[in-house]
Amino acid sequence: MVIDRRSALKAVAAVGVAAAVPRPATARERKTAPDDAVGMLYDATRCIGCKACMTACRSANKLEYEPGTELHDAPIDLSANTKNIIKLFREGDLLSYMKSQCMHCLDPGCVSACMLGSFQKREYGIVTWEGDRCIGCRYCQIACPFNVPKFEWDTPVPKLVKCEMCRHLLAEGKEPACCDVCPREAVIFGAYPELLADARARLAADPERYHPHIYGEHDGGGTQVLYLSAAGIPFEKLGLPDLGDEAAPDLAETVQHGIYKGFIAPVALYALLGAAVWRQRRSEAVAEKEVGS
Amino acid sequence: MRHVALPVGGRVLTGTMRIWLLLIAVGAALLAWRFVSGLGAVTGLSDGYPWGIWIAYDVVTGTALACGGYAVAILVYVLNKGRYHPLVRPAILTSALGYTLAGMGIFIDIGRYWNIYKVPVFFWNWNLNSILLEVALCVMAYILVLWLELAPAFMEHWRGGDRPGLARFAERVTPVLDKAMLWIIALGLLLPTMHQSSLGSVMLLGGDKLHPLWQTPLLPLLFLVSCVAMGYGVVVMESSLASRVFRRPRETEMLASLSRATVIVLLLYVVIRVADLGFRGRLGMIAAMDRFALLFLVEMLLFLVPAVMLLMRGRLRNTAHLFRAALLIMIGGSLYRFSAYLIAFNPGEGWHYFPAVPEMLITLGLVALEILLYVAIVKRFPIIGALSAASSTDGGGR
Repeated sequence: MVIDRRSALKAVAAVGVAAAVPRPATARERKTAPDDAVGMLYDATRCIGCKACMTACRSANKLEYEPGTELHDAPIDLSANTKNIIKLFREGDLLSYMKSQCMHCLDPGCVSACMLGSFQKREYGIVTWEGDRCIGCRYCQIACPFNVPKFEWDTPVPKLVKCEMCRHLLAEGKEPACCDVCPREAVIFGAYPELLADARARLAADPERYHPHIYGEHDGGGTQVLYLSAAGIPFEKLGLPDLGDEAAPDLAETVQHGIYKGFIAPVALYALLGAAVWRQRRSEAVAEKEVGS
Repeated sequence: MRHVALPVGGRVLTGTMRIWLLLIAVGAALLAWRFVSGLGAVTGLSDGYPWGIWIAYDVVTGTALACGGYAVAILVYVLNKGRYHPLVRPAILTSALGYTLAGMGIFIDIGRYWNIYKVPVFFWNWNLNSILLEVALCVMAYILVLWLELAPAFMEHWRGGDRPGLARFAERVTPVLDKAMLWIIALGLLLPTMHQSSLGSVMLLGGDKLHPLWQTPLLPLLFLVSCVAMGYGVVVMESSLASRVFRRPRETEMLASLSRATVIVLLLYVVIRVADLGFRGRLGMIAAMDRFALLFLVEMLLFLVPAVMLLMRGRLRNTAHLFRAALLIMIGGSLYRFSAYLIAFNPGEGWHYFPAVPEMLITLGLVALEILLYVAIVKRFPIIGALSAASSTDGGGR
């Protein structure tokens, strides 16, 4: 079979471009919470900033004090030693505490990013890390819209660290340490659907008290940690980004799977490239023979 | 006139080589420190900027600059332009070295390097949603493919050499290699198409952290097109440098005709980039004239100016003119990659990144190693083209 040069060229170019141009492929399926999903509900209007949760988190997860003395614990943000932190927002008369830890997304960026599935939603929908599968590439840190996973920068054998909702305590039938210790029930632990119903009930019962939105119900595709904020204090002020309803991996996976659907484009491209190389090498061999004769 | 590749010859350990060796030694010492004390000791990285110059330069930019082999192979094999064949071997060599060094860059950068063998081996753990997994597998495979593509140069040398063991090995391997070469070359075209585009897709997951002038579903296409342009830039630069340093016949004629392809690719990139921003209503952001708008405009100029330079018919025989255009293309493509991975990436308030001195010195050591290996290989093995009539005895080189 003789492959006409122009048509071969066109075919290669067409498949090549098709391989790199994302199609508006069918939108990804929206992920929902697993049946056994648990979560946390933080109500900023109840928090008094006592930071008992921070101390409890440290002892439950055997984390060192920051900046490293037993007498003084004052971390400035989440880090490889701090999986949970209480911050203060103040602007004029407005004042609110804010609790930060892993959001346990329904459709997490870190899970989508992770090459060997170190980060996965495992039991109860909790996003957990498995050291054996992690090469420390830190793509999870690029992918997390909340900047939650933290890397141990000061050791030659680093781990990725973040809140795993005290899964070791759950296994013993206990609650996460922060929820267990909270004296005001500002943060509570429970089954995800119940927490969502609770948050809705609080909003409905006292609309004056709250900013009219449950952060995490839809934000970023939904998170298993839910937030209520005081009236007049939108969540961005507390450091929770305005993500819309789209999950972090929506765009990336739609594009990538659009290109690589069924691996058809790469295989077709490979076959065409093989044909093109064969054609070129043959014409070169012919030319060589002519020179030789 | 038949094309023949010949070793450049001459001493390998020259004065200039000693400078490269010194830089490599410094990099190696700092590397030892990194493996004892952790990444924080030698880098400016943080939890907000987990990727720095080792990723943005050594891996993302480095492999794009190593696309000479890919870009020339497209010309020779897909567009069936056999006359560019003399450019293939040197281009494949720079590609093989560039990718190998990028692989080393990855190994240095990842925190838990002892697990890296699991990426190609533990296929049952593969997360097929992970864009980085595709990049990692493709890059690993491509490093292998590039050295296989280059293998005939080594075989030619060994077959005629005075080492009987190597000669016999070369005799035995050559026919096998010859038969497989078609599919190896095709892989050498497929793999860069896949991972150079995916290196753009990687940043899709960065979401809003990447500035809207850069965050687009067309990241993969833009990375692919720009890496081809960079490939041509590198081929021109490498060829002019090699002919100067090793006193080989200039390939100016061939490079001049290469510029037509380069112009097309450069303009294609600019059109896609601008049209994409236009369609999604983001062109207006340039009117803000903030530092990101300026960065964008500089990037565009670095693609447009060399395109215009390569359209000046009268000056295409001028090696210096071609060299300057090639350099601008390389800088433009590199800046685009630095923007997408670092400059236009903002993880939120309070995070800053600037590479630490040891971090830069390690990168410098890697670059020095690449140059050293290039010079050593072209002096010993038949890589660079010479006229078959020309003798190879003058190849002093510095």
